[in-house]
Amino acid sequence: MTVLEVSRYRPGIDAEPVFQRYEVPDNDDWAVLDGLNYVKDSVDGTLSFRWSCRMGICGSCGMTVNGEPRLTCGTFLADYDGVVRVEPLHGFPVIRDLVVDIEPFLEKLSSVSPWLIRSGEDPASEFAQTPAQLEAYKQYSMCINCMLCYSACPVYVLDPDFLGPAAIALAQRYNLDSRDEGDRFDVLSTDEGVWGCTFVGECTSACPKHVDPAEAIQRYKLTAAVRSVLPWVRL
Amino acid sequence: MTYYTPPVDRLWWTRRRSYFVFVLREFTSVGVAWSALLLVYAAKGNEIPVWLVPINLIALAACVFHAITFLSLAPKATVVRLDGWRVPDYMIVGGNYGLWLFASLVLAWVVL
Amino acid sequence: MTTKAKRRTPEPYLWLLFSGGGVIAALVLPVLVLIFGVLAPLGIGDPAFPSWTRWILLIVVFLCLAHAAHRIRFTLAETLRLPHRLLAPVAYGLALAGTVVAVIALV
Repeated sequence: MTVLEVSRYRPGIDAEPVFQRYEVPDNDDWAVLDGLNYVKDSVDGTLSFRWSCRMGICGSCGMTVNGEPRLTCGTFLADYDGVVRVEPLHGFPVIRDLVVDIEPFLEKLSSVSPWLIRSGEDPASEFAQTPAQLEAYKQYSMCINCMLCYSACPVYVLDPDFLGPAAIALAQRYNLDSRDEGDRFDVLSTDEGVWGCTFVGECTSACPKHVDPAEAIQRYKLTAAVRSVLPWVRL
Repeated sequence: MTYYTPPVDRLWWTRRRSYFVFVLREFTSVGVAWSALLLVYAAKGNEIPVWLVPINLIALAACVFHAITFLSLAPKATVVRLDGWRVPDYMIVGGNYGLWLFASLVLAWVVL
Repeated sequence: MTTKAKRRTPEPYLWLLFSGGGVIAALVLPVLVLIFGVLAPLGIGDPAFPSWTRWILLIVVFLCLAHAAHRIRFTLAETLRLPHRLLAPVAYGLALAGTVVAVIALV
């Protein structure tokens, strides 16, 4: 048996989260999420958590496992000895149990205009890209919005107004796209934007998709700084 | 609905090794400032007393730690693409370290 | 949120000083501190700055102090939770004061 120590918060009942222990059977191929689903189905149906795809692409099962932000569908119980502690993602308001409030994050995402901005008429045909043009932004397009990078980022946890790793990486995904004609300077080059980042680098370590948001932010710092000094230069 | 907002953890930088190394990296700048003022003092023609050597050794360690981390993180901001091919990080870092060695030799030659 | 008011921020300029200072500090400080701060006091070598290097040294000192001020400002904001409004003037003010002292000392 493996013991899961799960953070419970029932609004209106608990003033603050309390830990509850559950025993789950040992299975070599069980992820933390499988353990939680076992609890939900067979032990305690009141336990609340988000999940969907079970294969690391939907980005909804991010939680704090033994202190580290992880996708629970890709984190295996067999890799831990002793009690496995499951908490909601650090740095976010908790709605219930392991469910956190994602609204502020979604607002941040939409604030960077994460789509191809084109001037003029709708195109009649597709815009072809060379492999090199695709390669220029592809890495940043792998983000699944799981928010692990925010949870790992002390700047964000201290200041929830910080635009944060994923939103800036997503902005760069479009900035570096040859088809994009938008300008996100006014959103990104702000105190709460790239200039809030002090390059701790933990966003990149936490990312399950190897997006490297830290790199995206440093690159835009250089872009924005050069543009601030030489307004006619576009890196 | 009442959401639970966890209190801000003032000691966050002690909670993880990587956070602690980050704060250590940032505080190398104290050694950088000390070293800069030390050079002004020396350039004025003053002799630096022996009892400052331990402090200077700490400053030296801070400067070296700063140099290693700063030069190895630089390729994150300066992504170089040649005809679509991205110059790998290790080449940029290697170039930076080469430049560091070259600058050190030139400076030693100038002041000695 | 797409119509965020355009705010002027000094951060890009401060970041350029921080970065420039960081590169300069990395390239020149270790060897110079070793020679002037450790070896010379122990009687090894007799180093001196040639007079033509003074102006270069002043620029180096200014950039290193600006670099340090920027980092110390952000690190104190993040660890001690002090406000930037307080830290920024003190940190950059001290860097500027140090540079002025250096200019007075060497010119």
